[in-house]
Amino acid sequence: MDFSFTEEQTLLRNTVQSLLSDKYDFDTRRKVAKSADGWRPEIWAQFAELGLLAAPFSEEMGGLGGGAIETMIVMEEFGRHLVIEPYVETVVIAGGFLREGGSPAQQEAHIPGIVGGETVWAFAYAEPQGRYNLADLTTTAKKDGSGYVINGYKAVVLGAPWAQKLIVTARTSGGQRDRDGVSVFIVDKSAAGVSTRDYPTVDGRRASEITFENVKVDADALIGQEGKGLPLVEKITDQAIAALSAEAIGCMKELNTATVEYCKTRKQFGVPIGKFQVLQHRMVDMFMAYEQSVSMTYMVNLKLDEGDAERTKAAAGAKVQIGKAGRFVGQQAVQLHGGMGMTDELNVGHYFKRLTMIDTQFGNIDYQLKRYSEAA
Amino acid sequence: MDMRFSPEELAFRDEVREFIANNYPQELKGARRGELSKDEILAWHRILYKKGWVAPHWPVEYGGTGWSITQRYIWNEENARAETTPLLPFGLSMVGPVIYTFGNEEQKKRFLPGILSGDDWWCQGYSEPGSGSDLASLRTKAVREGDHYIVNGGKTWTTLAQHADWMFCLVRTDPNAKQQEGISFLLIDMKTPGITVRPIITMDGSHEVNEVFLEDVKVPAENLIGEENKGWTYAKFLLGNERSGIAGVARSKKAIERLKSLATAELVDGTPLMKTDEFSRKVAEVEIDLSALEVTELRTLAAESKGRGPGPEASILKIKGTEIQQRITELAVEAVGNYALVQAPRLEVSGNEFVPGPEGSQGVAQDYFNMRKTSIYGGSNEIQHNIIAKMVLGL
Repeated sequence: MDFSFTEEQTLLRNTVQSLLSDKYDFDTRRKVAKSADGWRPEIWAQFAELGLLAAPFSEEMGGLGGGAIETMIVMEEFGRHLVIEPYVETVVIAGGFLREGGSPAQQEAHIPGIVGGETVWAFAYAEPQGRYNLADLTTTAKKDGSGYVINGYKAVVLGAPWAQKLIVTARTSGGQRDRDGVSVFIVDKSAAGVSTRDYPTVDGRRASEITFENVKVDADALIGQEGKGLPLVEKITDQAIAALSAEAIGCMKELNTATVEYCKTRKQFGVPIGKFQVLQHRMVDMFMAYEQSVSMTYMVNLKLDEGDAERTKAAAGAKVQIGKAGRFVGQQAVQLHGGMGMTDELNVGHYFKRLTMIDTQFGNIDYQLKRYSEAA
Repeated sequence: MDMRFSPEELAFRDEVREFIANNYPQELKGARRGELSKDEILAWHRILYKKGWVAPHWPVEYGGTGWSITQRYIWNEENARAETTPLLPFGLSMVGPVIYTFGNEEQKKRFLPGILSGDDWWCQGYSEPGSGSDLASLRTKAVREGDHYIVNGGKTWTTLAQHADWMFCLVRTDPNAKQQEGISFLLIDMKTPGITVRPIITMDGSHEVNEVFLEDVKVPAENLIGEENKGWTYAKFLLGNERSGIAGVARSKKAIERLKSLATAELVDGTPLMKTDEFSRKVAEVEIDLSALEVTELRTLAAESKGRGPGPEASILKIKGTEIQQRITELAVEAVGNYALVQAPRLEVSGNEFVPGPEGSQGVAQDYFNMRKTSIYGGSNEIQHNIIAKMVLGL
């Protein structure tokens, strides 16, 4: 039993910390989120330079040979600074599909672009009628010669406005919600027939609605086996959940620190409000919610390579924990900051918004509770 | 004991329902205040003023309707049902009653007509950066010089001050007296030199609240309400009224309806979310909470009609009412799933940004973020707990 980090892992954390405290203060982040582009390609280039985009890939793939724990460290620090850039979408998700399901040729073709920071990816999986069910697909991919033709509509594709490449789930056979018949494709966002409409998200990021109209892809666009993609999709979204959990504990850590600090200095009725027992107990509950979330985050990141049932329970469990804790910590951090907590000017509301959206991404508390109980 | 409406009350309900249906501007139905212009916010107010129904809770001699408490309740219900824009409380529910209760004849003549007509837009100068829950610690000071007060200081969280013509303002007139005893209640013309209004943007992207800076603002002494240094009495009277309106039962009923329609449109494996056990139970729970609150409010109203209250029990309405409002918006975020992420445009920026998602889903997360204010404003819910502990339980 050992929950300590290696020297390399600590070094990685220090590297991320020093870059972000130097280049990612809250006011800059706020301006960038409101700018026309909505993100900073130059920061992305620095992530590449520091090896952050290479962290989870093996050395043969041009990576640094890290794993889930390295991603967790990066994401926790990203959470503390509310990093906007599409690390989860590009490195964790697209990188995950290529690493775990890609052919050597696909890995060779696409991983260097991720590692080098040249290519940004987005994951087009959700559909309006599907809610959180990854298999509920009306988007189809029909065999066409040696390749496929894709038709359909994808909802709330995070980071898509910045992406050149998309990972797209589509049905190659079976009924709308069958587990069989789901396939995963690599699609160029610039391919003929792909049209996007972009918009901002409430947590300061960007997303697109994407329509695929007779989009032709070659046979080598298919990741893994035709019609057998769902287990891979589930595995990769669980990796994304593990990364989001780490981001969430970064957010909660900052909120708890800020709240305790504020309650020590804010005076009402002649004393710091932190002297009121009702608020003390509230902050203790926030602290415990955070600690429980850290535990679940470690657990899911350590279990990503277990069998499907074990991994599913870990991921669903972690997602429930961070969903509940994120809501409680976020709401109470705002409450204890009073009116200031409501403002756009203070970072507290921004962490709360991000935590709320982390619960929404890849299935909220209710969805994951159900998934957990069905896996058990 | 009888909770049913009498035939006369039912006839009254039909009358007001018909009036609303025939007179409420349909294009404003269900609009969020943050999306409306000043004239749009005031549209319903002006229609009701013409009809003589703008201030049902005022005494008839000052422009009230003479309706019973039950009729007023029905009126509020029907407005919520038709999703009319809520009337602004600052004039009608806050300073108006203070003026007709504690103001002199001159002040009543001067200010009440503008409140009723909507020509004067009022804002509330209570909170300060250092005085939130502990309102009596306020430091904005007013010094008497001849027939004027010179006011210096600053107010914050001032709702819709950007449109205001007047501010009712708590100021410290005796710095040496015990906190509550040195406060006065002044009416300040927002056009007076020395007043600066700075917007505060909230996390949902709206501009509702402001900071108001007061620098050597000259206020005629005739704008003092009641007696100098007795302002805390009037302030508390006003806060009592603020709390009694805060339960928002009728509006929450409407919000639950909207929640149900969102959750009916949203599918889980082809079945409406509203038909799933886990979600329908949560909606049922909040609905039951709301039923309880409704009867609690009716009990309070019944007591009030017999001349008692609104006493400290009004704090129950504030706490439970805001918890319910917050819970409904929380469930709306859950209901829309992935589309909760979409940011809807707020403020007066252009109208045609792309906001995807099913009908009614636009801005639900922003509404949820915005509603967090309700457990903070009007005396935070922690303060309301203190009031009940002290005044009701005697702890």
